[in-house]
Amino acid sequence: MSTIDTLFKNLRAKGQKALMPFLTAGDPDLDFTAAAIRALAERDCPLFELGIPYSDPIADGPVIQASYCRALDRGVTLAAIFEMLKGVARQVPAPIVTMVSYAIIYRQGLAEYVARAKAAGAAGAIVPDLPVEEARPLADVCRREDFSLIQLITPTTPPERAVRIAEHTTGFIYYVSVTGITGERTELPPELVDNVARLRERTDLPICIGFGISRPEHVRMLAPVADGLIVGSAMVRRMAEAAERPREQVLAELGDYVDELLAAMR
Amino acid sequence: MPASTHVPDPAGRFGPFGGRYVPETLLHALEALDAEYSRARNDPAFQKELDGLLADYVGRPSPLYHARRLSRELGGAQIHLKREDLNHTGAHKINNTLGQALLTMRMGKRRVIAETGAGQHGVATATACAHFGLDCIVYMGEEDIRRQQPNVFSMRLLGAEVRPVATGSRTLRDAINEAMRDWMSTVETTHYCLGSVVGPHPFPRMVRDFQSVIGRETRMQCLARLGRLPEAIVACVGGGSNAAGMFFPFIEDEAVELVGVEAGGRSDRLGQHAATLLLGRPGVLHGSFSYVLQDDDGQTSDVHSVSAGLDYPGTGPEHSYWKETGRVAYTSVRDDQALAAFDRLARTEGIIPALESSHAVAHAMELAAGRRPEEIVVVCLSGRGEKDAAEVGRLRGIEM
Repeated sequence: MSTIDTLFKNLRAKGQKALMPFLTAGDPDLDFTAAAIRALAERDCPLFELGIPYSDPIADGPVIQASYCRALDRGVTLAAIFEMLKGVARQVPAPIVTMVSYAIIYRQGLAEYVARAKAAGAAGAIVPDLPVEEARPLADVCRREDFSLIQLITPTTPPERAVRIAEHTTGFIYYVSVTGITGERTELPPELVDNVARLRERTDLPICIGFGISRPEHVRMLAPVADGLIVGSAMVRRMAEAAERPREQVLAELGDYVDELLAAMR
Repeated sequence: MPASTHVPDPAGRFGPFGGRYVPETLLHALEALDAEYSRARNDPAFQKELDGLLADYVGRPSPLYHARRLSRELGGAQIHLKREDLNHTGAHKINNTLGQALLTMRMGKRRVIAETGAGQHGVATATACAHFGLDCIVYMGEEDIRRQQPNVFSMRLLGAEVRPVATGSRTLRDAINEAMRDWMSTVETTHYCLGSVVGPHPFPRMVRDFQSVIGRETRMQCLARLGRLPEAIVACVGGGSNAAGMFFPFIEDEAVELVGVEAGGRSDRLGQHAATLLLGRPGVLHGSFSYVLQDDDGQTSDVHSVSAGLDYPGTGPEHSYWKETGRVAYTSVRDDQALAAFDRLARTEGIIPALESSHAVAHAMELAAGRRPEEIVVVCLSGRGEKDAAEVGRLRGIEM
């Protein structure tokens, strides 16, 4: 049983949901990324998604794209990210999963990437450009290493395909709320709750919803049907302010924002 | 193992290359496109409509022209030019966009998006959309907008919206990223008219098929006019669509030497060229497993070429397959050699080639010079060079 499996088992037993912040590794720098993970873990975020900057992220909207660009322009490397992760993973109880392009995994070698990520303390990977048809080689490595391979299901995924994806997923299912790219939305699709509820009937895996979630009312709407909610662009946008303002202040505001979302979840 | 023409397999694989490395959101649309294309491919009515457009609208067959003066000056093999530059819109790109526009109509979609580098694919897409009355949006990097102004103006004349892309290197690669992002949100109503033999399955196969009219005609023209096949065929390779279309009908003619010419840029240093097959390695970019220019972390490298259409850090998976099987030889030509060929073809034959095609001309001149006069070298002259006149002038410090 992986750390993610254990986490959701415990949350379900307590009737709780996970708020999962997405943070770009290295924007404005890796020290701040680590500081933010520590600060948000203290506020009861039980799981983190760490975005590995990539030069060509086609599923990402302007906020995450720009943050990846800044991190890469500053010269952040995979080795430095794993080094940072190694430090912070020991300090926080929350599992950390990497959001990483298959381009990066393939360049390292599949077994090599998983070994390095695992040694650094990562609990799994979300690979946004690896559909289930192409996932077999990486899935085999992940299964051997008990490293979760989290796959995505979207509003355009036909139901029978969703079942097939679920069968090849470990850890949790990442349900993409919208047909589109990442980024804060004012409103989420009205059919979202029903879609997730229907998926719930077909799988026992934990379901976490992401893309567009940024407001307490989103959290109130979705928390009842999900095991977890992922908040990305809204976090990344706030984190980026640390390039120009005192870091303690940015962290405090980030904490307040997370508290607001957590309150909406209860 | 010799290269097969029975590729890709149903998963979109050319040997190990190809596949579909894209977000789940796009999978359903790619499967629907694959299915629709497979039906269209076997539908005589579809082929008839496309052939009619290629004849009456594009002006096909394009001529195979014997460049006598150039051949005589070089003193070697006879150079023949496959005149894709004489097509409507001035390049081979229209062969593909008409096919995809017809498919768009079949799928009942009304909105088309495209990326463009040099602007030729953008113009060809805008043209096909104007012909069919489809909405057209073209993503183009700001750097390419700067160096290809005439094409930007044409696209707007044709009713297309040109959306500048300011991210990354502001060239073709970023334009593809942006078009893919648009498609992520609009996939149910929009067709993405990808302009080269790159991207996720079925694009590499479909674009190759639509462009194969180049090689089929060339083969027939050689047999009819010259009574035999040529010794060698040369084409430039960025994403690789003109080369794929030219080479594919000759793959099984093992005696015909096939040469793909990449953009050698300024030097072999990473960032100074776009010679993906020569200097890159297999990896994943834009939905396909193929040769790429990447650093050791898997980040896509910056590339450089004087030609906006070759300025791309990836290449089509079938080219990677042809490289690995040894069926096609790949080489590169530097910016200055391409510019010299641009001048020379203009002065000896009265044909101004696109800077992309100038790379193929440059290599063909070198190849022909070392061969006997009874040998034949065919060059795919993929596009005309009027669009490049202003940029070449700028490079030479000439105010226009």
